[in-house]
Amino acid sequence: MSASAPIIKIDDISKSFGSFKVLDGLSMQVMPGEKLALIGPSGSGKTTILRILMTLERIDGGHIQIDGEQLYHMERNGQLLAADERHLTRMRQKIGMVFQLFNLFPHKCVMDNVTLAPMLTKGTPRAAAEKRAMELLEMVGMADKAKSMPAQLSGGQKQRVAIARALALSPKIMLFDEVTSALDPELVEEVMNVMRKLAAETDMTMLLVTHEMGFAHDFADRVLFFDRGRIVEEGKPDEIFRNPKQERTQGFLKKIIAAGHRV
Amino acid sequence: MTQWSGYFGLILQGALVTIELTLMGSVLALIMAFLAGMGRVSRFFALRWLATAYIEFFRGTSIFVQLFWAYFVLPFIGISLTPLQAGVLALGLNVGAYAAEVVRGAIQSIGREQYEACIALNLGRWQGMRHIILPQALLVMLPTFGNNAIELLKATAVVSLISLTDLTFQAQVVRAQTGNTLVPFTTILIIYFILALLISWGVRSLERRMARGLDGVRA
Repeated sequence: MSASAPIIKIDDISKSFGSFKVLDGLSMQVMPGEKLALIGPSGSGKTTILRILMTLERIDGGHIQIDGEQLYHMERNGQLLAADERHLTRMRQKIGMVFQLFNLFPHKCVMDNVTLAPMLTKGTPRAAAEKRAMELLEMVGMADKAKSMPAQLSGGQKQRVAIARALALSPKIMLFDEVTSALDPELVEEVMNVMRKLAAETDMTMLLVTHEMGFAHDFADRVLFFDRGRIVEEGKPDEIFRNPKQERTQGFLKKIIAAGHRV
Repeated sequence: MTQWSGYFGLILQGALVTIELTLMGSVLALIMAFLAGMGRVSRFFALRWLATAYIEFFRGTSIFVQLFWAYFVLPFIGISLTPLQAGVLALGLNVGAYAAEVVRGAIQSIGREQYEACIALNLGRWQGMRHIILPQALLVMLPTFGNNAIELLKATAVVSLISLTDLTFQAQVVRAQTGNTLVPFTTILIIYFILALLISWGVRSLERRMARGLDGVRA
């Protein structure tokens, strides 16, 4: 693969929930190392894209390539077949996700939350998994809570652990789904700081769905504005936030600012 | 008086048989509960069908008839069981069918977000079940398992009908030999009650131990 090939290539995908068409013939590409922010009104399909990339939702039509390989299809004798569980398992190794509600395992301590998947899915020995986990917990500022249970942590702390947990599998692509939306306002900043550091220090490809426009501006190389399952406008953060060209983008940003979100 | 103490000895022997039946029956019931309960949520149709058939059949027929069947009918197809084996088999399969629904309900009560975290961390279906879903579901199951165990304890009385010398059987013996009904039946009533209390306490302390440090598992 040459360095200029996209790491994510979404080609004409559609997805409906019942009669509601969330995504309608969407195509987009993401280059390796790119930091992308997906913004737009609720129900515009941005979270659905992340969930589809994480294989939590299936697509109704279209194709997705991750790192040069089909995500939902397998090539057999020149034919494209629906992917089986083994193919999906292999593809999922490239992708990690952080959820709005953290989804930590409540019956496991912080350390076990982080080490479980590497030990089970990659056969990493416990000592190595714990060493790596400590480095990651150090990075998110949670090393001193390694032995705590999730119930003993604040929302911001839980989310930082969840970030470390996803990073422990060293994915090429990280998906962040409204990771600060469920947090008390005073805890939002600590999670954003971790992610800013992550964006600056790693060459991972990152997709961020957020309603925090200021954060999207700092974090992203490119911003995509979604509405009704389509990309209405995209560009560099400064272009989108300072000088949006589409009427719908302007309307959305105006509303967001009026609602008190920082830009 | 010495005569009564002999009779109490008889009843205590019966209590040991009842305890033995309860323990062995519970072990079988637990195994069946997990097999059938997880079968019910399997993605394979055949497993789901098999589990459902087992549960519906053993919930839908009388424990008496199941016991008689195990003891009196199975010999005709070449399987002769001792009264204890037949008792454990009937009790375990019967209560296991009820407990299987407890297992299924508990597994399904675990939030979707836990399953999604398993997928996002690329755990296999069995890995996720074993390490994430079941440990949390177990805590949901425990109180109802306690009920099931007490049901099983009380149901052990039916084995006296196939001449197993449990509490109820021994009480009948004492009644036949002494003509007294008040003493033997009151005694075993109290013993059943104490055994049931022990099960309640045991399950509750287990619950407390497992619940330590958890949140969100029990709403």
